[in-house]
Amino acid sequence: MPATTGRIHSWDLSTGVDGPGTRFVLFVSGCPLRCLYCANPDTWHLRDGRETSVDEVMAEIEKYRGFVAAAGGGVTVTGGEPLLQPAFTGCVLRRCKEAGLHTALDTSGFLGARASDELLADTDLVLLDIKCFDVTTYRELTGGRLAPTLSFATRLDRLGVPVHIRYVLVPGWTDDPSAVDGLGAFLAGLGNVDRVDVLPFHKLGAHKYDALGIDFPLRDTPVPAPELTERVREQFREHGLRTL
Amino acid sequence: MTVATRPDVDAPAEAWRGFAGRRWRDRIDVRDFIQANFTPYVGGSEFLAGATERTLAVWRRVSALFPEERRRGILDVDAATPSTITSHAPGYIDRERELIVGLQTDSPLKRAIMPNGGLRMVENGLQAYGYEPDPFVRKVFGAYRKTHNDGVFDAYTPAMRAARKAGIITGLPDAYGRGRIIGDYRRVALYGTTRLVEAKRAERALLDARPSSPDVIRDREELAEQIRALGELAEMAASYGCDVTRPAATAHEAVQWLYFGFLAAVKEQNGAAMSLGRTSTFLDVYLQRDLDEGRIDEARAQELIDDFVIKLRIVRFLRTPEYDALFSGDPTWVTESIGGIGADGRPLVTRTSFRFLQTLYNLGPAPEPNLTVLWSPRLPEGFKRFCAQVSIDTSSIQYESDELMRPRTGDDTAIACCVSAMAVGKQMQFFGARVNLAKALLYAINGGRDELTGEQVAPEMPPLTGEYLDYEELSAAYDRTLDWLAETYVDALNVIHYMHDKYAYERLEMALHDYPVHRFMACGIAGLSVATDSLSAVKYARVKVIRDQSGLAVDYETEGEFPPYGNNDDRADGLAVDLVESFMAKVRKHPTYRDAEHTQSVLTITSNVVYGKHTGNTPDGRRAGAPFAPGANPMNGRDRHGVVASALSVAKLPYEEARDGVSLTTTITPEGLGHDPGERAGNLVGILDGYMTFGGFHMNVNVLNRSTLEDAMEHPEKYPELTIRVSGYAVNFVRLTREQQLDVISRTFHGSL
Repeated sequence: MPATTGRIHSWDLSTGVDGPGTRFVLFVSGCPLRCLYCANPDTWHLRDGRETSVDEVMAEIEKYRGFVAAAGGGVTVTGGEPLLQPAFTGCVLRRCKEAGLHTALDTSGFLGARASDELLADTDLVLLDIKCFDVTTYRELTGGRLAPTLSFATRLDRLGVPVHIRYVLVPGWTDDPSAVDGLGAFLAGLGNVDRVDVLPFHKLGAHKYDALGIDFPLRDTPVPAPELTERVREQFREHGLRTL
Repeated sequence: MTVATRPDVDAPAEAWRGFAGRRWRDRIDVRDFIQANFTPYVGGSEFLAGATERTLAVWRRVSALFPEERRRGILDVDAATPSTITSHAPGYIDRERELIVGLQTDSPLKRAIMPNGGLRMVENGLQAYGYEPDPFVRKVFGAYRKTHNDGVFDAYTPAMRAARKAGIITGLPDAYGRGRIIGDYRRVALYGTTRLVEAKRAERALLDARPSSPDVIRDREELAEQIRALGELAEMAASYGCDVTRPAATAHEAVQWLYFGFLAAVKEQNGAAMSLGRTSTFLDVYLQRDLDEGRIDEARAQELIDDFVIKLRIVRFLRTPEYDALFSGDPTWVTESIGGIGADGRPLVTRTSFRFLQTLYNLGPAPEPNLTVLWSPRLPEGFKRFCAQVSIDTSSIQYESDELMRPRTGDDTAIACCVSAMAVGKQMQFFGARVNLAKALLYAINGGRDELTGEQVAPEMPPLTGEYLDYEELSAAYDRTLDWLAETYVDALNVIHYMHDKYAYERLEMALHDYPVHRFMACGIAGLSVATDSLSAVKYARVKVIRDQSGLAVDYETEGEFPPYGNNDDRADGLAVDLVESFMAKVRKHPTYRDAEHTQSVLTITSNVVYGKHTGNTPDGRRAGAPFAPGANPMNGRDRHGVVASALSVAKLPYEEARDGVSLTTTITPEGLGHDPGERAGNLVGILDGYMTFGGFHMNVNVLNRSTLEDAMEHPEKYPELTIRVSGYAVNFVRLTREQQLDVISRTFHGSL
């Protein structure tokens, strides 16, 4: 694999939110979608990222390899959209696999076609963000199309790559019972979905919009009530899916 | 099952029936007894019993007094009776129901006075809560009996006084009991006092054969006092109807005897930290024997521990408002060390290790006793998960690395206070509070003048005069300043501990140690992260000095970026490591009282707020008066890469150069441990395993949301039990001063987005 560089926003360590255990999380820059609820608007533009070599990234990861191994975690590449820079992302995943680390790819699947089979072979887990199951709402919510994500999900199933689904619950946008039901039915038809995480919409990224001087479109949207979150989780459970 | 509440009814005659092992019978050796008799437990928490009605009735009776105590500061005090082991008549919470008996005075939560440490502190404490000092006590301790505090101030030099007044050396135990001495209270249960007195007499006989040099005379007098104290312990126990001259014969007696030993200590000493030791696995031997004999069931076993813990929760001392400003929330540091691994590789985890933690559910969360898990990645999984779950539910546990301690202080190590490791009954320490490294850096810049008062406190040195600070020049000046500080500091500690031994000797606690004992001189440093970030700013950015008309540097402007400590970045973390190593080396240069072994801690307790108040603007951008980070923590908000990166920076500080402990307090939001509540305990186990694998020594774990604390500030009545770990100990959040509450809330909460 050629030596390569990518544009990254930052790195962080997190526990139990970006895949199993404590993980080194690499945030790459640039995203083709503009989700209205996005908590990381500072990762939208590729040009805002810091040009970084894979070696530099790996040197940083190396500092945490032992910790992450002891803590039962791994490395997650997220963003932004990691598949906007597939060569870079693939290279990082490959190097992590070679280092014996558990790897996860957090993606919307919109650019799933850019993920090579080799890249996916180096990926132990895909965190697939399916924003919505209604095509019209999906376009309004994200600015993109739903179909590529669904075909990516089907491809992952064919390749046998384990998947965690992430579903951000936004009142008035993604809480429509029939859309949730449709997604549940679709996921139940796949054999590789380990679980569905229903993530209540939050506004903790609002300050980033202020800092960037752009409007946060969902500023006045309420966070979901616990009952709503539970209803949606129950809908997924009815399809035999593991959720929390 | 009907069992009498008095322990000595129906006790079998043979106290040591069924016990294995030889060595511990021939000499005082509790560790050998434990190793020969304990039953490791590798299962989970499913066997545990809840609180019984009896336990809850006792707990309700005493906790009903807490609101009034909180409102008034103290519930009551006996101002006329200087406390000794036998000074007060027996006291009870609920005589009919209590299983474990004994109070510090004749009534629960009523505090005692201990003027041996210092009369003025007693009188200030009384006046702060609206009590009149007793004229007879004043006469005795004013006219006839000198105190520790009087002695210290007779021998302090002007240089020590100036350093103390300026706040560059502070928190010194020159006006309060030094504490941090752990009597091996288990000995009372295993041997009874008659046997312990015999052993002390034998130690004394060896000394009688030696010429009467000053050291020998002092040791003989101390041993005589120890023997006397053991007699008083037996007398005090007898007043409760118990005969502790003989060994305990049942679990009920073992808990009671052990508690009497501890109670005698807290009747005699109001040490800053009155730690319990490592008792759970010792007591488990007795509980397991009684369970095997059918004498008790699990509910009863838990009741005994619950009742014991109720007693430990209500230890109280009369203290002054100045003391509270340093160590907030009325802490007593009744630290109990739980878990760990034996030298032979068997985990020292027993069912009673679980039972101690279970008290946080049965009685609700509480800061005391200060439950401390000696953590190793090799601990049984079931125990690790239970600890993590209790942390998540109660924020009441701290963790210390068994892997770092065991090779140095052995597998019968207990923590005194917050992070000080000691082999129980074999080692003790002279508590030395701490020096302010951040202020010392400002002294280096200002040629030894205080940045707030302009007074010359350190010896005159050339001040730095450049428009910008030069790293090499600053390093050299800092090094000279720290030379002076270390010398003055150790010298002051020698004075304090000489006088403490002379006027406020811990007779009973030392009676429960071997002779001769190994002593540590426990120095300490505060402001490590402020000093480190300031050095990093000077080294990696440009720092312009702003001086007042007298030439005193009073503020700094930083141009450019610098790497702060707390991001697992060696550029900054290396500076912190250098500071720890170099100050330790400087401390070691100075001889200590009684040849104590030099150690240091990186720990502030809650004094980080007071230290900050006494320190001017610093080159890292911290404003004058703003709190320091606690202990070895990175500065709040500067650790930007999450709890792991922050913890790994702290883990780089070498334990060998900070053998008195390195304290890290972390606060993680529940979501920061995972979206799935069912996974959080496992994830916390992973963080602790990773941290300790990387050489981390101590972690206080809080699992909390900031909003909970903010709500508790506004509505304290809703949160009487809300417990948080601050810096080596836990407090009821609602008992902190408002300033300290704000400090806690401003700390980094490691969450997730």
